[in-house]
Amino acid sequence: MISLFLRLYYEFFKVGLFAIGGGMATVPFLQEMGKSTGWFSPGELADMIAVSESTPGPIGINMATYVGYVSGVRHGGAIEGILGSVIATVAIVTAPIIIILIIAKFLEKFRENIYVNAALYGLRTASVALIAAAGISIVLFSIFQVENVYDIGKAVIDYRCFILAAAILVVTRWVPKVKEWHPIIFIAISAAIGIIFHMSV
Amino acid sequence: MKEKQEKNSQLEKEDVTLFGLFLAFAKVGVMTFGGGYAMLPIMQRELVDKRGWVKDAELMDYFAIGQCTPGVIAVNTATFTGRKLKGVIGGLVASMGVVFPSLIIISIIAALIKNFAHIQAVQDALAGIRVCVCILIFNAVFKMWKNAVVDWITLIMFILILIASLFFDASPILMVVLAAIAGIIVKGRNDADKIKYGSDTKEQVVDDIAVTSDSREVKK
Repeated sequence: MISLFLRLYYEFFKVGLFAIGGGMATVPFLQEMGKSTGWFSPGELADMIAVSESTPGPIGINMATYVGYVSGVRHGGAIEGILGSVIATVAIVTAPIIIILIIAKFLEKFRENIYVNAALYGLRTASVALIAAAGISIVLFSIFQVENVYDIGKAVIDYRCFILAAAILVVTRWVPKVKEWHPIIFIAISAAIGIIFHMSV
Repeated sequence: MKEKQEKNSQLEKEDVTLFGLFLAFAKVGVMTFGGGYAMLPIMQRELVDKRGWVKDAELMDYFAIGQCTPGVIAVNTATFTGRKLKGVIGGLVASMGVVFPSLIIISIIAALIKNFAHIQAVQDALAGIRVCVCILIFNAVFKMWKNAVVDWITLIMFILILIASLFFDASPILMVVLAAIAGIIVKGRNDADKIKYGSDTKEQVVDDIAVTSDSREVKK
């Protein structure tokens, strides 16, 4: 049990240290974590993202709490789950808090440093590329029901998913006013459509 | 007049208790749905307008730095604000405040969802939601794209990292470290050369960086 908690702390410490640019930036790291530890499946990760988006609180923190809880429960019971959620949450904020406390001392110098700016130039790109890759993996799993790019030949073609995906994309990107709506509304509508069209079958 | 105002804010700062700090940030945590940008207006209202703990410009600075340093933006901004008001302990307390509501709410949901997961309607709903989540992730990518992929070097980096992650299962940590090094080699050396060989002083180069990022916007 102790070894699980130590591992949980270590894994989430890493996510906190390397995920740059907000909530979705944690997704690629969590995906990797799911693969290497077996704590949760790609499908569970997609559900966690949905729950984290539609509950109060920063997405990154919600994800850490959720994963910590699920991993704890898998290795014990509810108490282990709660301990796991606390440990994962504390772990994901450890590195950022230390870094910010240091930066706060040299605020101006930090913003103007050439090398900091140059590193950020690379880091922003890495962050968006990693999120894009995670997004594609989740599409492969959730919509085409294959494990990775190499299995694309075995893809399950479910036209309901395509229509729903296309509709959400159009509405969230190009319909004025509606695209400003909070994501939780689109999640709720998608849930309703899922129920109406029995999308899990 | 100005001195008086400063004195006032000084007094208010002394009135801030650690518990008050915790409560204020817990409130921000509860009121934020979705995190990131959704949180900025709420922080502005709670910290700048209502309590006068920080100035608007300070908050924007904290937010901007919070975005480009590791970790959750909300927590980073909380650490900054808490430290300014109450030192290192304040930074810790403010961060704990922001994450506290998530801990409670998510633990409850995670505990309950297992009891419902086997119901047909819940599975159907989750199937629909997963499709929505895919699109939400790509919307985040589109939003970040403008500030991240700014020239052909970053475009090539984007494509390489995408391929490495999708086809070769590359570790995201390795990708992040390599990208930072690549950024320093490509851009840092350029800018450092300007200082060494150009007639520019250091300040001018810094201005330069700001100008190039502005002109990019104009080109688009």
